[in-house]
Amino acid sequence: MTGLPATPPQRKLGLVIDLDTCVGCHACAVNCKEWNAGGYHAPLTDIDPYGVEPDGVWFNRIHSFEVGTGPDTRVVNFPKSCLHCDNAPCVTVCPTGASYKRVEDGIVLVEEDKCIGCKLCSWACPYGAREFDGDAGVMKKCTLCIDRIYNDNLEEVDRVPACVATCPASARHFGDFADPNSNVSKLAAERGGFDLMPEMDCQPVNKYLPPRPKKTGGDTDRVPELQDASPEGGFLGWVDRLLSSTEHV
Amino acid sequence: MHPAYSVIFFTTASGLGYGMLALLGVFVAAGWLPADRWLGFVGLGIAAGLVSAGLLSSTFHLGHPERAWRAVIQWRSSWLSREGVMAILTYIPIAALAWAWIWLEDVSGPWVWAGPVTAVMALVTVYCTGMIYASLKAIPRWSNPWVPVTYIALALATGAVAMDALMRLFGVGSLLGGGTAVVSLVLASICKLAYWRNIDNASPVATAESATGLGSLGTVRPLDPPHTEANYLQKEMGYRVARKHAAKLRQIAILLLFAVPIVLSAIAGVAGDAIGLAAALLGVLSVAAGVLVERWLFFAEAVHVVTLYYGTREA
Repeated sequence: MTGLPATPPQRKLGLVIDLDTCVGCHACAVNCKEWNAGGYHAPLTDIDPYGVEPDGVWFNRIHSFEVGTGPDTRVVNFPKSCLHCDNAPCVTVCPTGASYKRVEDGIVLVEEDKCIGCKLCSWACPYGAREFDGDAGVMKKCTLCIDRIYNDNLEEVDRVPACVATCPASARHFGDFADPNSNVSKLAAERGGFDLMPEMDCQPVNKYLPPRPKKTGGDTDRVPELQDASPEGGFLGWVDRLLSSTEHV
Repeated sequence: MHPAYSVIFFTTASGLGYGMLALLGVFVAAGWLPADRWLGFVGLGIAAGLVSAGLLSSTFHLGHPERAWRAVIQWRSSWLSREGVMAILTYIPIAALAWAWIWLEDVSGPWVWAGPVTAVMALVTVYCTGMIYASLKAIPRWSNPWVPVTYIALALATGAVAMDALMRLFGVGSLLGGGTAVVSLVLASICKLAYWRNIDNASPVATAESATGLGSLGTVRPLDPPHTEANYLQKEMGYRVARKHAAKLRQIAILLLFAVPIVLSAIAGVAGDAIGLAAALLGVLSVAAGVLVERWLFFAEAVHVVTLYYGTREA
């Protein structure tokens, strides 16, 4: 049934993405691709991967934005993946029931065998979280690594989404937002976690942490000035005078 | 938005077909059209044929057309599903109307309901088509009450022009037939112009700042894209070919879809049989070309909010 769960999911699994610490290395996207190429949505088709115009399905897209103007300009690296929205429009538009939100943990999934490939869900998503696999003819999307987070064959420490496991800057955190004491709930509360495009009313589960304020004052004053090119007095002053006078000869 | 040719053909062909079915149903039930076997055969055949061809074509853009039957399951939440259900159910009154009109040549008595019910269900189906687009908040120019209204108005207008030509072809042309074409074209043009006016003056729903949540730090500009080549999102949602010619294409649409057919329908109404027929047939060609341009523009002009992550300032 492509209606959303009648009662709120018992658990709300999702990510906190820290825009302050993300260094924009794309490791999350690469590890996501690597894991999911053999996971639930395998294969993540690449078309013409070594050609002039490679194309393919990725569940993570890492943008870099330039924000602000003048001395306050800064670069913000911006990883984007499915936000597993509570009010997911990609689920309700699905005509077949292939697209659904799980009651037990709130993860939004596509059941490939039921997908007719009409692409309407990708039109409905404001965030561009869904990508069509033209080769398989079905829609694919982030699964929050259901094949990792519930995988008994992995060490417990590895039962997190691939993007979280690999992030060298610890900019991605995984947890249960339904639990106010979880790591992600606390992080979002402490650091002012926000929703992307709240005006779309999708109620995304994933939260983004804003970049911390830029440090101001003091620092720039302490930078020593460069040496004077025309020193007064001393040996260097004598050399400068000598060489300057020969210029006119 | 990328305009898939199959979807453009589907929405225009089935729109014309459903509009024509609705008008044929009303006209024959009201006695404004004779319950003549061949008129019914050709009229319902063309209209139902266009509807069916459109529905078939709409499955061509699917990744898995063989699973299309699954699309009728989720009518409780999905307008696409509702459209599928309505399209299938509408064949029931169409079949009843065809039986009464073509076989019995009598649409009164026990079959009197077939025409009006066909009309209502055909228009509800077109409404569902419009709502598929109007229900998408992520595409602000579609998420607009004028969208389903315009879909219905254009279905009736294109259907009315086609029915007028059909009536003249069978020598049963009437002032009512031509008048219906003119009036429905004028109404549809009002809807379409109101829609354009509405989207041109609408304030943006989302911005690059709200999409990234970084507005408090200043204006947001793309620096590095996520990938070196255009990805699915940019190809599907970032389609811009027609947008740069939007003003010109709107004029072409107004000319072919409204101005020319209105004049031709009026000429057909007052001219003699041969000239009237020629004018009416030309009107069908004009309106068909016009509605294709209009529908292409409807897709190409629509800006998806995901493009805010790829350099669009506001949507």
